[in-house]
Amino acid sequence: MNGLFDLPSDLQHSYLGLVGLHLREALIPVLAGLLLALPVAQLCVRLRWLYPPVLGVTTVLYAIPSLAFFVVLIDYTGQTETTVMIPLAVYSLVVFVPAIVDGVRSVPQETLDAATAMGLGPVRRYLQVQLPIAAPAIIAGLRVATVSSISLVSVGMLIGNQGALGNLLYDGMSYGRPRLVWLSVIGTAVLATVVDALLVLLRRILTPWMPRGARRPSAGNRPEPAVTAGKGAAR
Amino acid sequence: MIRIDGVTKRYPDGTVAVDRLSLDIPDGAITVFVGPSGCGKTTTLRMINRMVEPSEGRILIDGEDSRRQPVNTLRRSMGYVIQNAGLFQHRTIVDNIATVPRLLGWSKEKARSRARELMERVGLDGSLAKRYPYQLSGGQQQRVGVARALAADPPVLLMDEPFSAVDPVVRKGLQDELLRIQAELGKTIVFVTHDIDEAVKLGTMVAVMRTGGRLAQYAPPAELLSDPADAFVEDFLGADRGIRRLSFFPSAELELLTGPVAAAGTGRTAARDTGDAPYLLVTDADGRPLGWAEPGLPTDGPVDPGRLLPCGRPFVAGQDSLRAALDCAVLSPTGWAVAVDGSGRVAGVVSQQAIGEAIRAAHAGGRSDGADTGASAKVAG
Repeated sequence: MNGLFDLPSDLQHSYLGLVGLHLREALIPVLAGLLLALPVAQLCVRLRWLYPPVLGVTTVLYAIPSLAFFVVLIDYTGQTETTVMIPLAVYSLVVFVPAIVDGVRSVPQETLDAATAMGLGPVRRYLQVQLPIAAPAIIAGLRVATVSSISLVSVGMLIGNQGALGNLLYDGMSYGRPRLVWLSVIGTAVLATVVDALLVLLRRILTPWMPRGARRPSAGNRPEPAVTAGKGAAR
Repeated sequence: MIRIDGVTKRYPDGTVAVDRLSLDIPDGAITVFVGPSGCGKTTTLRMINRMVEPSEGRILIDGEDSRRQPVNTLRRSMGYVIQNAGLFQHRTIVDNIATVPRLLGWSKEKARSRARELMERVGLDGSLAKRYPYQLSGGQQQRVGVARALAADPPVLLMDEPFSAVDPVVRKGLQDELLRIQAELGKTIVFVTHDIDEAVKLGTMVAVMRTGGRLAQYAPPAELLSDPADAFVEDFLGADRGIRRLSFFPSAELELLTGPVAAAGTGRTAARDTGDAPYLLVTDADGRPLGWAEPGLPTDGPVDPGRLLPCGRPFVAGQDSLRAALDCAVLSPTGWAVAVDGSGRVAGVVSQQAIGEAIRAAHAGGRSDGADTGASAKVAG
C-alpha cells in the first residue's frame, strides 16, 4: 500500500478497474435514456398536447431520490449494477426529452417543406433531415446527462458495492484515508471533464455544417445569408 | 399540361383559401400566379404537388388525376423552389442538389456529377460544391435551390416566391438567369409571386388572383397591361401600366433618321439643311455618339466635346423595346433618342414624336392580332 493508486483489497478492483466500472455504470444508462427519449420526443413533436404532461412526468421522476428508487428496485433487481443504472436512465430523460423536442422543432419550416416537396416520406424526413439538424441540441443534452450521470453513479455505494469510484470514497472515509477520498473525488471530476471534451469533439465531427463559434440558428431566426466563412466564400 | 379543374380549398374553420379555380397551365412556359397576400396563390401551387389536398375539384397532369399516382412519385417529378431556398443546412451544396436523384436511386457518383453539372448551369462556381449552405450568400443559396429542383430533370418546376427574400439587384440577376435557363430547358414552370413586375417580366401567362382565392384574370402579360379585366386588376397593375406595356413592343419599326448625324471634323454644317432636326448628333470617327451640337455650333473643324449636350444612354435599335426608346428620348436634353447598333455605333436618331406615332401604331396592331393569340413575345429592355 505504498503506491499512489494502490487500493484496499475489499474494493476488489484496481484503480483503473474502478474507473472502467464507473464509466460503464454511467454511460449505459445515458445511452438507454437517449434511445428511450428519441421516440418519446418524436411523439411530443407530432402531438403537441403531449409535450407538457410528458415534461411534467420526467420532472417528477427526476425529483424522486435515488435511495427511494433503490428501495423499490432492490426487490426486483437485487444489489446489482442494474439497480443503480435504472434510476440514472430515468433521470436522463428530464434532459433528453426537451433537448430533442427543441432540436427537432428548431428545423426551419421551409427546410421541412422542401423535404416534403422533394418526396421524402415521414421516416426519411425524420432520419435524414430532422434528426441530423437536431444533432447539436441532442449532443448538448447528451453532455449534461453524461456529466450528471458520472457524478451520480457514486450513490451506488448505498446498496453495498455498486458505486465504483463512490465505493472508494466510502472506503477512504471509513478508514480515515484522505488519499483514497481525493482519488475518488478528483478521479470522478477528471472523468466527467474528459468525457465531456470527447462529446464536444464528437459534435465537431458530426456537424461540420455549423458556423464555427456561432450559436445554432433557431427556427424563426435564420442567420444572415451573407455570412462567409474564411477565404473565398464570397466570389 | 396541368389542368386545374374547379378546385376549392376550404379549411376546417370555414376559411376558403381557393374558390372554384379552373385554368390550364401550358407546357414549356412560365405561368405566374400573382396577387395580394391571402389570395390563395401559394395554396394553389401546393395543391399541384399535393402538399395541400383540394376540398373539391381535381388537378389533372397530362390528363391524369394527380391523386392516381403515389404522392412521393408525383413530388419527385416536380422540382420545388421556395423563399430562402430551404436548403438542408447539414448537407454540402453538391449533396443538397443531389437529393432527389439519390431518392430516385441514382448512384452517389452519378448524382454528384449531375449536381456539379447543374451548379454550372445555374451559374455557381464549382469550388462551392463542398461548402455548406451557411457559407453562401442569399443569392447563391437561391441558385442552389433552383439547381436542386432541376436535379432529376423534372418536367415541372414549382416556384413559391423564390426571389422575394433577396435584394433587388440580386433578384434581377436571378430573374434573368431563370429566363435564360428556361430558354434552354423549356420546363413547365408554375411561379408564385406578390410582385406584379416580376409576374409581367417572367410570365408567359399571368393569373391574377384576388383575396378569397378567386381568379381575377388569366392572360398573357401584354394583354393584362392593355386590357385589365376589372378595377381590381387595373389597381393591382399600378399607375404606369401604359408605360410598362411598351416593353412588349419592339423598337424595330421605328424610323431612324441618319440625316442629323455627323462625324466630328467632317465639316458638315450642311446637315442643318435637312431640316429634320434642330440638333446635330456628333459622333467620333468610329461612329460612336459624342453628344448633340446646338444649332449655332459650327461643326467644321475639331469639336470641343465640352460644348456638346450629352446624349445620354442610347437604345439598341431592333433589340430594345419601345419603352427603352421612349426612356432615352425623355431623358435626352434635345428630346431625341439616339439608336445604336449592337456594337455601339450610331444607327440613327428618332424624335419623341416619332416614338409616339410608333406607339400608336403598335397599339392599333396589338389590338387586332397580338392580344388574343397570347403569342406576344417579350422584348429585352
